[in-house]
Amino acid sequence: MTLRRIAMALAAPVCAFAFSIALSSLVLLAVGTSPLEAWLEMLSYGSRLETLVATGNRATQLYLAGIAVAIGFRMNLFNIGVEGQYVLAAMLAAAAGGAVNLPPILHVALIMVVAMAVGSSFAGVAGYLKVSRGVHEVISTIMLNAVALGLTGFLLRSWLLDGADTTLNMMTPEIPPSGRFPNLNGVVEGLSREITRGRELWGFLLVAILVGVLFHLFLSRTRAGYDLRVTGLNPFAAEASGVHPSSTVLRAMLLSGAVAGLIGLPEILGHAHRYDLNFTQGLGFAGIAVALIGRNHAVGVGIAALLFGWLDSAAPILDVVGDTPREIVSILQGVVVLSAVVAFEVVSRIRRAAEARDAAEATLAPVTAPDGSPS
Amino acid sequence: MAIRSSPPPAVELAGITKRFPGVVANDRVDLRVVEGEIHAVVGENGAGKSTLMKILYGMQSADEGRMQVNGSEVRFSSPAEAIDAGIGMVHQHFMLADNLTVLENVVLGAEPTRRGTIDRRLARRDLEELGRSYGLDLHPDDLVETLEVGERQRVEIIKVLYRGARVLILDEPTAVLVPQEVEELFRNLRELKSRGHTIIFIDHKLAEVLAIADTITVLRQGRTVATVDSGEVTAHELAELMVGSELPAPSTEPRASDEHVTLSMQGLSVAGSDGRPAVDAVNLDVHRGEIVGVAGVEGNGQGELIEAVLGLRPTSDGDLLLDGESMNGWPVRRRREAGMGYIPEDRNRRGLLPDAPLWENAMLGHQTQPPYARGPWLNRSGAREATTRIVSGFDVRTPGIDTSARALSGGNQQKLVIGREMLAGPRMLVAAHPTRGIDVGAQAAVWENLRTARRDGLAVLLVSADLEELIGLADRLVVMLRGRIVAELDPATTTPRLLGSHMTGAAAEATDDEGRTP
Repeated sequence: MTLRRIAMALAAPVCAFAFSIALSSLVLLAVGTSPLEAWLEMLSYGSRLETLVATGNRATQLYLAGIAVAIGFRMNLFNIGVEGQYVLAAMLAAAAGGAVNLPPILHVALIMVVAMAVGSSFAGVAGYLKVSRGVHEVISTIMLNAVALGLTGFLLRSWLLDGADTTLNMMTPEIPPSGRFPNLNGVVEGLSREITRGRELWGFLLVAILVGVLFHLFLSRTRAGYDLRVTGLNPFAAEASGVHPSSTVLRAMLLSGAVAGLIGLPEILGHAHRYDLNFTQGLGFAGIAVALIGRNHAVGVGIAALLFGWLDSAAPILDVVGDTPREIVSILQGVVVLSAVVAFEVVSRIRRAAEARDAAEATLAPVTAPDGSPS
Repeated sequence: MAIRSSPPPAVELAGITKRFPGVVANDRVDLRVVEGEIHAVVGENGAGKSTLMKILYGMQSADEGRMQVNGSEVRFSSPAEAIDAGIGMVHQHFMLADNLTVLENVVLGAEPTRRGTIDRRLARRDLEELGRSYGLDLHPDDLVETLEVGERQRVEIIKVLYRGARVLILDEPTAVLVPQEVEELFRNLRELKSRGHTIIFIDHKLAEVLAIADTITVLRQGRTVATVDSGEVTAHELAELMVGSELPAPSTEPRASDEHVTLSMQGLSVAGSDGRPAVDAVNLDVHRGEIVGVAGVEGNGQGELIEAVLGLRPTSDGDLLLDGESMNGWPVRRRREAGMGYIPEDRNRRGLLPDAPLWENAMLGHQTQPPYARGPWLNRSGAREATTRIVSGFDVRTPGIDTSARALSGGNQQKLVIGREMLAGPRMLVAAHPTRGIDVGAQAAVWENLRTARRDGLAVLLVSADLEELIGLADRLVVMLRGRIVAELDPATTTPRLLGSHMTGAAAEATDDEGRTP
């Protein structure tokens, strides 16, 4: 039974991925390039240590984004605003980190707290609007994304600009070494070989894993997590069971925003040490895809983040060799999302039917076979 | 068997088999309906009545078997084909557009047109003629949303007649009606019959079936058990055919209540969604060990009353007291924790998480208390253990406690809901339609559970549309009409008919009504 359940859970994503590969291959054939060559190229480049390190880094950020989205999804709350929340949070947290000098651990903690507080309060705006005014969170968060990005640009230019900077690149002041996160190169190199200089596996990976564990424990082991899940499964039954609808909405939004605030930190604490124009954007939207493929589950989102992280990291090789456009990877990612959603639905229907069959048998079992004889 | 020879039967189904994953809904069912008769198809929930009718109406296709209409072989792949063959269906849940008029609803999908536009004048003439000739009283320009349930049903019937149906299938048409409306419906049906229409009537209320039907076919567990002439069978015999064994019934027993007031409503008013008071200055006490039944046509404030008692809906005036303590302003959770149990009217909407396993459903509403919680944490092993106790103690038929609630039949879902409320040992139970849509066996179990709990001192506020259930279970009955309590009755001396006349406001004190028979 459990084996069958695991097999069914895996069947959907595997089928979806195979289908996506097949469809993307057809696209490549249609534009006249060899799909096999492209995939082999990506595989060989993608299995290099440096690419794997980049995969880990990207997956760390995607995972945090996926979890931020998943917190909302688990209660049918669509936080589309993760994008704006994390960019604004990263910029303000980097500015705060660059403005102070603190002992090592405290300094990092301050940056993280600022990031989470900013993400949380910005998401809270959407939560408040929904609870008090009935504004649908999809509308408000999409609009707030524009506000967040505009606000980030404005603040950066008007008063957070690094005075010492002479380049055209706008950036916040650099965060001193006490506010940086150590990398995990030592661990990786212990397992394999030396990593090319300049590449590093960001230590924030550990924080992301911790967030995933806490997310899972919160949902499955705490009363508050149960209330949140129940609201997602059936808001009317949740209300009748004593869950306060509006405070649960607000709480989930704040929590989602807090995790969203962390998305930019792996990059800022581990590599850039400041917020500048090279800061990676778009992770919030990617997080929606990652959460969808990962079924809003701590482990599933992790697998999806690794998959997308690897695709993102291995794609650049297509620009260098052969004549395959690297955009094929974006097509592939898009198709994976769509086909995964379809595959999950198919599998859940099969499972429901099987369950209904078992339940029907359990109902009939104790009844002695009736022989309808008319009187 | 009633055999009326000569012309071929209006409808003949032979050997119909329909399988769904894991269940055989219809197992070689035979049904023979003579032209111009009222033929009732009875059976418990899950006996296969609805499936059989959906097959006849082309909504589903049979896996095996033959269908004949007026002697010629047919095979429908859609309701449109069934309609063309002269078969129409009045669904249990009306399929009407609330914001259209009666006329628009009737012609919807079959509009008479003239030069590409709807010919309203012709439609109106046809509709009025239909209404006149069948005695179906309707105003073409009324908005459907303003109509009473009985009127909506007439719209559905006219809709079917308008499409030229000679055979009408009615799926549990009386489920939503009060006794007076049922009589009106039966008058209409007899009129239809006298004009040569054939009526197939699905029901499980035996007294009604015996009153209206000429012939009765009984289904049990997907099979045809018997076809009998309604004059040759008693309600008791029919019931035994349906259940295959002895029939349970709600029966009163000496009251166990004492003077202690568990729940007190004092001048309780609740605003409805339209702003007018849905509950209007209600005074009602429920004593320890007492079941107070609330009767009323749906939509007269019972739903709002229950939601207000639970805290799901704000009160606009008055006080609510639990064991003498004011509950005003308490959120739902505090009321649940104070010992208020809730059996919701619609278990799938208010009572269950269809996609969650049973053990997570068992803790719903009690998730802050042992054995389900320990401080801010869930107690998973405690919850699983409690669920196992509910499943065995309340005879919930399930493969296990990890099965989704969705997979269970309605009766088993309801037993789970009741089990979880009872296991929590409530002081006060608010039960809305606790046996709606579940089979006879589960119904008896629910009644037994309520009775046992009352014996142990539980106070129960019972809202139900099943008048037999109200009279059989309640120690005291009140009738709600337009948000007010208009009558208080002693179940020992009340009949469904008397109750019905209070519910419609037709006869506030006319107790002489009681003696007359329909």
